[in-house]
Amino acid sequence: MLEQQLLNALTLGSVYALFALGFTLVFGVLAVINLAHGAVFMVGSYAALAMVSHLNAPLWVAMLGAMLGSGIVGLLVDVLILKPLRARNAPHLAPMIATIGVGIMLTSSAQGLFGAEVLRFPEDILPAGEFLVGGVHVRALEIAIVAIAFLLMAVLFITLKRTQLGRALRAIAESPKAAYLLGINVEGLFHVTSFVTAALGGIAGVLIGLNFNAITPQMGQPMLHKGIAVIILGGMGDIRGALIGGLFLGFAEVISKAYLSSQMGDAVAFGLLFLILLVRPSGLFGRKLERKA
Amino acid sequence: MEWFNDFWSTYSTLVFTVGVHALLALSIWLTLSCGLLSLANAAFMGIGAYVAALLTVNLEWSFPAVLLAGAVTPALVALLIGAPVLRLSGVYLAMATLAFGEVVRITILNLEITGGPEGLNGIPLVTEGWHIVLILAVTIYSLARLRRSKVGRAFEAIKEDEIAARLMGINVDRYKLLAFTLGAFIAGLAGALNAHFTFFISPREYGFENAVDILTMAVLGGTTTLIGPMLGGSILTLLPELLRSLHDFRSLVNGAVLILVVLFLPKGIWEPRRIRAFFSRNKGDQA
Amino acid sequence: MSAANLLSIRHVGKHFGGLHVLQDVSFEVPAGSIYGLIGPNGAGKTTVFNLITGLLTPSAGSIDFQGASLIGQQAHEITHRGIARTFQNIRIFKEMDLLENVMVGMHEHLNYGPLALLLNSGACRAAEKRARERALELLSWVGLDHKADMLADNLSYGDQRKLEFARALATEPKLLLLDEPVAGMNPSEKTILMEEINNIRNRGYGVFMIEHDMRFVMGLCDRIAVLNFGRIIAEGTPDEVRNNPEVIEAYLGKEDAA
Repeated sequence: MLEQQLLNALTLGSVYALFALGFTLVFGVLAVINLAHGAVFMVGSYAALAMVSHLNAPLWVAMLGAMLGSGIVGLLVDVLILKPLRARNAPHLAPMIATIGVGIMLTSSAQGLFGAEVLRFPEDILPAGEFLVGGVHVRALEIAIVAIAFLLMAVLFITLKRTQLGRALRAIAESPKAAYLLGINVEGLFHVTSFVTAALGGIAGVLIGLNFNAITPQMGQPMLHKGIAVIILGGMGDIRGALIGGLFLGFAEVISKAYLSSQMGDAVAFGLLFLILLVRPSGLFGRKLERKA
Repeated sequence: MEWFNDFWSTYSTLVFTVGVHALLALSIWLTLSCGLLSLANAAFMGIGAYVAALLTVNLEWSFPAVLLAGAVTPALVALLIGAPVLRLSGVYLAMATLAFGEVVRITILNLEITGGPEGLNGIPLVTEGWHIVLILAVTIYSLARLRRSKVGRAFEAIKEDEIAARLMGINVDRYKLLAFTLGAFIAGLAGALNAHFTFFISPREYGFENAVDILTMAVLGGTTTLIGPMLGGSILTLLPELLRSLHDFRSLVNGAVLILVVLFLPKGIWEPRRIRAFFSRNKGDQA
Repeated sequence: MSAANLLSIRHVGKHFGGLHVLQDVSFEVPAGSIYGLIGPNGAGKTTVFNLITGLLTPSAGSIDFQGASLIGQQAHEITHRGIARTFQNIRIFKEMDLLENVMVGMHEHLNYGPLALLLNSGACRAAEKRARERALELLSWVGLDHKADMLADNLSYGDQRKLEFARALATEPKLLLLDEPVAGMNPSEKTILMEEINNIRNRGYGVFMIEHDMRFVMGLCDRIAVLNFGRIIAEGTPDEVRNNPEVIEAYLGKEDAA
């Protein structure tokens, strides 16, 4: 029924938006397409699972742990790999290729550590409860997912628009050199951004892992592609675009899976991406790829 | 001879694969030499492989005809999507070609004629060693001639500074399309050759991971000369075999290679200027 | 009048959204002359060059070269028609050596097809040889022939400017657009380039330059146009322009008020 599908779309879309936000923020501030973002998403999922299964942590603790774990991975990538490349003024493609490498390493490490089978969260950990709202089955889990995703996005939006930190980040997005001359600690904020965006990717991984109750080492790949589709659709570096694009993709995917066919759902993301790139590469709200130094 | 026969029966497939990978690495070298980061070459390889295999299995065409069809089909596709896609630059182009590659893979996955997810079986083992050697030799020769000519200089100029290249009278759009289409041609040829000694092909062999593999070969070996991609292709094909016990970690090695090369050997292993500088420094020490 | 004029700019305007960069710009560059465009920073001078070379399209007006309109033509086609250009921020090809840089400029003049290329035919080899010789010749005009095998990235700033100059000449232009050709050069380098530009004019090329160095411009140009806030405020011989009260105010006005 349509309302049911809309609920699914909202759940899925809000997490897509959350994931895409991290992705687009890295691009906006660091001017890097972080192709390891999908892997970081996967890392968050496994981290939460490990904490729940082996440390007997409650779910909310595991979520925070996942954010911390993913964040640290993101920070390490920035300090060990992206920073030397920045210092060297490496061409655009270099960090992108390096993050491809990071993603591959993380994925195969996960496979080596946890195996390739589908893992699941223990039954008792999932928020139980189902409500009937106007004929629609609403799971407590879905409410939690949407709530957490929107809460985090709201925090992000407010930080960016209303705080000194947010202003500094926006200044860097405009022009790192100018920001530096204004006394902003650009390097430090690069590290912060890497940490935060990876953390957001990680929590998105947990949310998706909970939603489908399936965790595999490869789960980051299709997510990465969808993230790319979203930010191309919404415009690279644009925060509103990530939100709207994420919701739109969730909607498009769920509807085409329900009313066309299952395989079409996957192809939708790519077909859409391809068409958008051909017609309007800057997306709905996007800005130019090259920014002032 | 006895030893060689034994060696060959065990390793002939591996040697053939090295040759095919060298071709693929060269195909992406071509696009990179024009400044295009195209992740579509695995998809082009796939199109070539499937077209060739289907023609052999269903229509029993001769091998040369099948190879030609396998090379020309992806080239035509490249020509078709090239005009709009190549207007994009840098990262956008990489994304678009990545998306295109996935669309191709999903299409192959869902078509009945291609055998769907189970792939295509029973492809006759027609490829001989001399096919690969000949095609590789002709490709290397052609690309070397291209490099030394006005076309090679045009590619280099476009790669460095597109606007300056335009103002020097170079029809940038046409040359980008040439590099893209020619790269697709070579990749398709490699796919057709490959299909006819592996007996079996499936959509899984032509996806994003494979596109990244090909890119890694070129990046590792070095894109300054033609030797680089072939060196990279050879190393990345032979290394997993040498490290048989680490079979599961092949991806790990791939990933590590990409990171290390980008950080420490930005121009790849085979970089003439750095090598020359290294040798002249040593000579200086002896003097 | 247009027959004798190489370049005809008439009532050209350019705006980006609400921002008007150029308004009602008109002037004529006669054949065989050295023409100058001056004006305070941000007046829109480089935009004029970008419009002529096809990197931008005018919002209004016409741009004719040798009687034919340039509007709507692609950049490389405009170069084929005979307009070459150097840049304010040098845009040489850093990873190529000097000889190759100049040979890129000869691109459209190398007429061999793909078959000749692949077979390395006599025609192809002869064309490449001719191109190499011509490139060396052009490098010698700017005194860089002894560095022909050097990587362009390793050149000094002044030498890079000279290289750009030689590369532009390689396209066999009828009109050479020079965007701040002597920026960053020391006086002796400027004198050398001044002489070279005069030689170029005497060889039959037309020269149109943007420059800030007044002595350079006044000493070299036959006619000068002055751009301020996107409008032409004066046009004439160096003496006429030098004594024009509006020009003086445009350059010195702020200091007077202060």
